[in-house]
Amino acid sequence: MKTCLVVDDSRVVRKVARRILEDLRFNCEEAEDGQQAYEFCSTAMPEVILLDWNMPVMSGIEFLEKLRQMPSGDTPRVVFCTTENDMSHIQRAMMAGANEYIMKPFDTDIIKSKFIQIGLIDDE
Amino acid sequence: MKISDFELYKSLLYDKSGLVITPDKSYLLDSRLTPIAKKWNYATLEAMTLHLRALPDEKLIKDIVEAMTTNETSFFRDTKPFTIFQETILPVLLEKRKTKRTLRIWCAACSSGQEPYSLAMILKEKEAELRGWRIEIVATDISDEILDQAKRASYTQFEVQRGLPIQYLMKYFMQIGEAWQLKDEIRNMIRFSNFNLLDSMSRLGTFDIVFCRNVLIYFDEKNKRTILEKIAGQLENDGFLLLGGAETVLGITDKFAPNPEKRGLYVKTQAAKEGSSSATGSATGSSTSGSSAGSTRPIGSGLTTGLFKRT
Ligand SMILES: C[S@@+](CC[C@H](N)C(=O)[O-])C[C@H]1O[C@@H](n2cnc3c(N)ncnc32)[C@H](O)[C@@H]1O
Repeated sequence: MKTCLVVDDSRVVRKVARRILEDLRFNCEEAEDGQQAYEFCSTAMPEVILLDWNMPVMSGIEFLEKLRQMPSGDTPRVVFCTTENDMSHIQRAMMAGANEYIMKPFDTDIIKSKFIQIGLIDDE
Repeated sequence: MKISDFELYKSLLYDKSGLVITPDKSYLLDSRLTPIAKKWNYATLEAMTLHLRALPDEKLIKDIVEAMTTNETSFFRDTKPFTIFQETILPVLLEKRKTKRTLRIWCAACSSGQEPYSLAMILKEKEAELRGWRIEIVATDISDEILDQAKRASYTQFEVQRGLPIQYLMKYFMQIGEAWQLKDEIRNMIRFSNFNLLDSMSRLGTFDIVFCRNVLIYFDEKNKRTILEKIAGQLENDGFLLLGGAETVLGITDKFAPNPEKRGLYVKTQAAKEGSSSATGSATGSSTSGSSAGSTRPIGSGLTTGLFKRT
């Protein structure tokens, strides 16, 4: 089973994401900010990371830049999932090494369709 | 809704668009036609129905037909058909048409445009390889309202997140306020027009590829057969047809055979290649005999027989 790390400071969002991800047959782990996510990744790299942008302690973009410097930090697929919905944020995220980008609010359909695109799950 | 009113709408919709509406969907008539009644300044839906019975107004009928269409769609819907287009169909046809250097593609029920635009983006990505080619994408639908939306090519945040890879969003869209506007370089690749699948298709000319997806599901078997056989008549003998995930030719017509490896992909059978003109005699009574030689043959090999026997 593939592991997805959900990084978001909102407990509600993490809970919603967990439900969707478990339906898609992912093992779900949680982190409340970039720092916690960084610590998680130092011990085990997940297959995919669902990443919020604005969080206390360490932001999503800061975490992503650090992640991509880590040994095997290029292996996880990183999908931003944030209320930042303008082109400049999207461009910045992609430049920093994100694989996909979701603008909140999200639902099962959106997560599923993005995961299909980056080859994490099969269609059907 | 009264039974007699239901019957009126049922037969009107069937005649005008092929839509089959069953009694369990009668609530849909209420919910979608009440706004039409309001638009036409009738006090109630019953009042509109009464007038419709007395003197059928063509414009009102058109509004009713359009209101009852289901326009559900998305960019790269179901993913696979677009992978098949890119990885299977295009390589074959680019080779076969390399002297003529033209391709004609038809999206036969294009709704708000996501399907033809997805194809256009795929082609745009191959621009270098396609230099010197003339590629035409014709996109049609029965609803003028949805066609206007398709031409405008302005999508919501929700719409651009279903099926559209983020790289394509960055490359081919501009953000205007809350909306995402597709750029002209892609919009200009599509020719939209109104076309009813129940009508004669001959004015459309012939095509190399037809996407006719998620529309036949609304029709009865008779209309499915007629439409598929008309499409066979407009499709080049070595052309390709794509249907939606819940649609098939099996048990309906022997003009097309499914590609066993690529779900949703169909090619013309030998019978269809030889006699598109004798369709009237052979169309009926062929319920499950669609598995002629064509269906077991892989795409790209052995399809060179029967060159243009069309009369
Ligand atoms: C569910 S959408 C399919 C859109 C797209 N092909 C896809 O697969 O996502 C069905 C479309 O068929 C159109 N339609 C319904 N009856 C039709 C007819 N008789 N002729 C042409 N289009 C029709 C509707 O207006 C609607 O936009």
